[in-house]
Amino acid sequence: MTAPAVELSGITKRYPGVIANDRVSFRARFGEIHAVVGENGAGKTTLMRVLAGVTRPDEGTIRIDGKRVTFRSAADAARAGVGMVHQHFTLVPVFTVLENLLLGAEPGFLPGRAAPPEVRKAAERLGFLPDLDARVSGLTVGERQRVEILRTLSRGARILVLDEPTAVLTPAETRDFFRTLRNLAREGHAVVFISHRLEEVRAASDRVTVMRRGRTVATLETARATEADLARLMVGREVLVREGGRERRPPAGEPALEVRGLDLDSDRGLPAVRDVSFSIRPGEVLGLAGVMGNGQRELVEALAGLRRPRGGRILLGGEDVTGLGVRQRLRAGVVFVPEDRRDQGLVLTLSAAENLALGAPADPAFRGGLLLRREPLRAAAARWMRALDVRPPDPDRPVGDLSGGNQQKVLLARALASSPRVLLLAEPCRGLDVGAIERVHGEIRAAANRGAAILLVSSDLPEILSLSDRILVLRRGRISGEVKAGRTTEEELGLMMAGGGA
Amino acid sequence: METLLLDLPVATLLAATPLLLAALGGLCSERGGVVNIALEGLILAGAFAGATFTLATGSPGVGLAAGVLTGALLGLFHGVVCIHLRADHVISGLAVNLLADAATILLLKEIWGTKGGSPQLGTGTLGGIGPLPSLTWVAFLLLPLVWWLVYRTRWGLRLRACGESPEAADAVGIPVHRYRLSGVVLSGVLAGLAGVYLAMSAGSFTKHMAAGRGYIALAALVFGRWRPGPVAAGCLLFALGQGLQDTFELRVAIPPQLTAMVPYALTLLVLAAGPLLRRGRPETSAPPAALGRPWIRS
Repeated sequence: MTAPAVELSGITKRYPGVIANDRVSFRARFGEIHAVVGENGAGKTTLMRVLAGVTRPDEGTIRIDGKRVTFRSAADAARAGVGMVHQHFTLVPVFTVLENLLLGAEPGFLPGRAAPPEVRKAAERLGFLPDLDARVSGLTVGERQRVEILRTLSRGARILVLDEPTAVLTPAETRDFFRTLRNLAREGHAVVFISHRLEEVRAASDRVTVMRRGRTVATLETARATEADLARLMVGREVLVREGGRERRPPAGEPALEVRGLDLDSDRGLPAVRDVSFSIRPGEVLGLAGVMGNGQRELVEALAGLRRPRGGRILLGGEDVTGLGVRQRLRAGVVFVPEDRRDQGLVLTLSAAENLALGAPADPAFRGGLLLRREPLRAAAARWMRALDVRPPDPDRPVGDLSGGNQQKVLLARALASSPRVLLLAEPCRGLDVGAIERVHGEIRAAANRGAAILLVSSDLPEILSLSDRILVLRRGRISGEVKAGRTTEEELGLMMAGGGA
Repeated sequence: METLLLDLPVATLLAATPLLLAALGGLCSERGGVVNIALEGLILAGAFAGATFTLATGSPGVGLAAGVLTGALLGLFHGVVCIHLRADHVISGLAVNLLADAATILLLKEIWGTKGGSPQLGTGTLGGIGPLPSLTWVAFLLLPLVWWLVYRTRWGLRLRACGESPEAADAVGIPVHRYRLSGVVLSGVLAGLAGVYLAMSAGSFTKHMAAGRGYIALAALVFGRWRPGPVAAGCLLFALGQGLQDTFELRVAIPPQLTAMVPYALTLLVLAAGPLLRRGRPETSAPPAALGRPWIRS
């Protein structure tokens, strides 16, 4: 019996007010793919950062291949053979692929074109040799990820740690990605990855470690665990994993929102959306699927009034609102929940009640002349926070103190508080755990049943499939397909996203 | 009229020398992520130290070394304040400029007992090759050298990574603060050299003698999108204004206040035109993404 590739024991990491890791133990072997699952804030990322030398634990020991080590930096961990691919890639966008591959391990004078031998060897093992002269900013997310993995391998990593690697990939890319991981495991690497998606954990890993509230609660052979088992271990209670279609009245009436021949440019002045037309009726959920960066962001921003169209029209209940700004659209009942909740969605230093006031500038219930009426605001905020199970439901606490999932619930509460006619949701469940997703999905269904027309932008296909009535696929700024939610599959959507299908 | 045409290129190259030196310095600083509005003060301090030590020792070589060293030290100060203490880069730069302005006036009085300027350095301190002073040659030789440093060496790649994404640099084990600081210090060296050139070509130090050259160098840096070639072109363009002023003033009866405006008016005009010319250009011509952003490991 050889020593485990990784052996963490008694790892404790405290941050002010929270214990992120509480005497955690974790083992992974060479040659296996090991998944780490858990709710938001369960301590997965902290544990992986400890393993990769990015975070120093307060207590506990790390053994790599049986040898006790202490990491003072990521560079120390890299020397010991541990490489981490972070959730937010650490590539320099304006650099070329080669420059990024060299960065940190360069020769004194840079080579002109050719890749150094260790990069070539790693590329062979990975089965992926990127265009070395291409700029990283022009690569797809999947390509960037492979460049990052390639860099890690070329630095001699034998233990590969990946933080939510599939969150940014299409279904097809995900399949390729797991094939790659399998090859690396077969060659004797230890592969550890964090995931939220239980179905892919089931499909791709050999063993799985479940974390809850800063502790490891179990390590299982994946083959012997069901998704329901894993969900129960993560949350600590029974959870409905995925609902099928939704029980609801059919949408009816004239379109609440109509878009005709919309042309949009990106921030850099390049075409982002071309000739897009669709409509949404009251009570209807229209899913907008696509790989990130295919015009979704520009499209919802234009609908919210944040981006001026180059051409085309936007109609609200039959009235042309193309020229109206954000405030007038808010008044007309168009509410936008941006995907970037920390920068665009909320003011983190303000309380939930104050954030609610910002989202309802015209609501007479909250306004007394020039002044804000604080009590009705606080009461409304507290009511919505309880309804969405925000923890803690304190309307006076700065929202920056809440966890990501709870911030998202506050943002959604603000949107729902104004009883919108049109609700624009961008990635409403990104980064949320199963419990929070269950709750948010319930609220989205309820809003549709109350008659809101909902545009749901999401790169999570199961989410789109379970919530939408109809699904549009956006590819390179054009609609590459339209399907009814009940009559399609992830595979079909994936093909349309990648450009293979009709 | 013929001589006017002959003199204009020379006058332009002379005027471009301090601009180019300072702008190349600014490039090293800003490519690493530190805004360097302090160039003005660095030039002034370099000029003063250059003149003072030349006068004190009788050796232009010592003066040059002193000017460069003073620039480097003041650059080090600006760097530590911006990088390690995480102060606002513009405020720190302004402070350096005010400090240099006031300190040189004070020291003029203390050392030479004069109010406006130092005694004469004597002629020929700069030396020259052909029609141009040696430092002009140096400045234009530094242009390819800085390009090579920034684009073809490990130091340059790491410096640019620190200016684009300190997080990415840190993730591969690059000491971000040290690289940023090296860029700022190098900018002090080059701006100090620009100051030495100013004092020596004028034959003495006079107060406020940087006269906005640091800011114009900064404008050239922005105009040239932080790339050595275009930055140098910007310096030449702005220097052309100065060159025009110098040649006209000698020969044509235009009110000197009007001709003195030419370099600055031209700078404004060119800067205003820049964004119009750049519409829809790729992001390689964008400023360093982390410019002016302090960084600490989270």
